[in-house]
Amino acid sequence: MSLRIGNAQGFWGDRPAAPVEMVSRMPDLDYLTLEYLAELSLSIMAAQRAADSSLGYARDLVGTIDRLAPFWKDGARFKLVTNGGGLEPRACALACREVLARHGVRKTIGIVSGDNVLGRIHDAPHPLDTANAYLGAAPVAEALALGADIVITGRIADPSLVVGPCMHEFGWSLDDLDRLAGATIAGHLLECGAQSTGGMSTHWMEIPDPAGNGYPVAEMEADGSFVLTKPPGSGGEVSLRTVKEQLLYEIGDPDHLVTPDVIVSFLSLALAGDGPDRIRVTGAKGKPAPDAYKVSCSYSDGFRCDAMLALHTHDAAAKARRLGEVILDRVRAQGFRLDRTRIEVIGDGACTDGLPSSVPLSEVVLRVSAAAHDRRALECFSREIAPTVGNGPAGVTGYATGRPKIRPVFGYHPAFIAKHEVSPTVEIL
Amino acid sequence: MKLRDIAHARSGDKGDSANIGLIAFDEYAYRILCEQVTAERVGQFFRALGPRGSTRYELPNLLALNFVLDGVLAEGGSRSLRLDAQGKVLGQALLEMEIDA
Repeated sequence: MSLRIGNAQGFWGDRPAAPVEMVSRMPDLDYLTLEYLAELSLSIMAAQRAADSSLGYARDLVGTIDRLAPFWKDGARFKLVTNGGGLEPRACALACREVLARHGVRKTIGIVSGDNVLGRIHDAPHPLDTANAYLGAAPVAEALALGADIVITGRIADPSLVVGPCMHEFGWSLDDLDRLAGATIAGHLLECGAQSTGGMSTHWMEIPDPAGNGYPVAEMEADGSFVLTKPPGSGGEVSLRTVKEQLLYEIGDPDHLVTPDVIVSFLSLALAGDGPDRIRVTGAKGKPAPDAYKVSCSYSDGFRCDAMLALHTHDAAAKARRLGEVILDRVRAQGFRLDRTRIEVIGDGACTDGLPSSVPLSEVVLRVSAAAHDRRALECFSREIAPTVGNGPAGVTGYATGRPKIRPVFGYHPAFIAKHEVSPTVEIL
Repeated sequence: MKLRDIAHARSGDKGDSANIGLIAFDEYAYRILCEQVTAERVGQFFRALGPRGSTRYELPNLLALNFVLDGVLAEGGSRSLRLDAQGKVLGQALLEMEIDA
C-alpha cells in the first residue's frame, strides 16, 4: 500500500486556499506537508519578532490550521508536517493548539528544534541576526514515532519534510541510502508546490485549467520509488515535461545533490508515464550524507526602495533611463548618500541587461531602485517619484499606487557546522 | 531556428548563482543541444549579467543539460536591486538563442 504525501505550500505567501483544496479532493491523503522557508525567510521573521515578540514563525500556518480543523473534526486522518515554525516552532505549536481547541479538535503536536546555531558561526563577515542549520528527516521521524499527528519544525532541509514520514512509515534507517534518495527526489518535486504540476511551465499556455492548478502528491513505495500525481479533478498537468523541469530546478551537480539525509544522484533516475497525470520515478541512488549541516545565516544590511513609473511617449526607453538618472540626481542634490542604485526599463531588456529591443519603444515601465543604510535617504527618494509626472518628460503615468515602500535589506551568508555540534530536539506538546 | 523550437527550460537561484535546466524534446534535439549549447556559449549569451563562470552538466537519462552560472545574480536574493533577482527568467531568455539544425 503506497503512502500518499501531498504538499500544498511551496513558500511563505503561497496560495492560502491550496491546503484545503488538497484535503477536500483527497480524503485518503496520509500526510500533508507545508513548506514555508526560503533562504531569507528567517531574517524576515527575525525582523517581525523584533517588532512584536509574539511573532517569529509563519503566522499563515495558524490560519491554515483553522481551515483544516473541520476536516479533522469530520474524521480526516491525514497528518501534517511543516517547517512553518520558523524561528519559534514552540510558540507556533502553542498558537496552533489554541486554534484546534476552539474547534474541539485534539491533536498531538511534535516540535522539532535545535536548528538555531547563532553564536556558533565564527567566519561570518558581519554580525549575524540569524544562523540556522538545515536539520534532516530523523527528528521528524522521531516525533511521528512518539505519536505526533502534527510536526512543526524550524529550519529543516525541504525534502526532509517528505523523507521523515517515509522513514517512520516504512521503518527506514539512515543507512537505507537508495530509499532515502528516492524519497528525497520526491521531496524535491513536492517542495515548490505547483511548480511540478503545471505552474512555471514553459508550456503554460497548453496547461489545462491553470486557475485550478492542483498541488503535487507523491505515492511513495517502501523501496523509495514513487508516482508523482495531483488530486483528482484538480487543474494543471503532471507529465514528463512538467516533472523534468522541476527535477532540474535549483540544482547544481546532478550527480551530487546534498541534503542532511543523503547525497543523491539524478543520473540513474528513470521517468515513465503511468496513466493520465501520473509519472513513475525509479532508480534514485544515494551516498552517505556529509558530516556537516549546511547553515543559512542572515544579517541586516540597511534599506531599499524600488519605484516604478509607466511611460507612453515616442522613444520611451531612452526617456525612462534619463528620468531614472534625474530622480537619483535630485536625491543626491539634497545631500543624501545612496549606497547602490539601479535603473531598469521594463519592456527593454530589464531582466537580461544584454538583450534590449532594437526598435524605439513607445511604451515601457521605468524601474528605479536605491539602497542606503540611511533610511532618510530613501524617504527622500520615495518622495521624488510622483513629482516627475509634472517635472519630467511628457507621457509619464502609472504613479497612482502611492509612494514606494522602504524595505529592510538582509544579507545572506551560507556556512557549515559539524553535525556533532548540533543537537536536534523533539518535544511533544 | 531558436532553442525554444527543440527544448524547454526552467531556471532558479542558489545564493548569487543561478542554474538553468534545458530539456530536449527528443533524442535528436538532445544531440543538437550537446553539440551547440556549450557552457562557454551560454556564459557568453548572458555576459551582460557578468557571470564569473559557466558549467554544464549532462543528464542523458532525462535528455537534459544543467547549466550553473556562477555569480550571475551579482549580490543574490535580497541585496540585489535587479527586477529578476532570483534568475527566474534566465531559462526563458536562453530559449531565444539561435540554433543551426
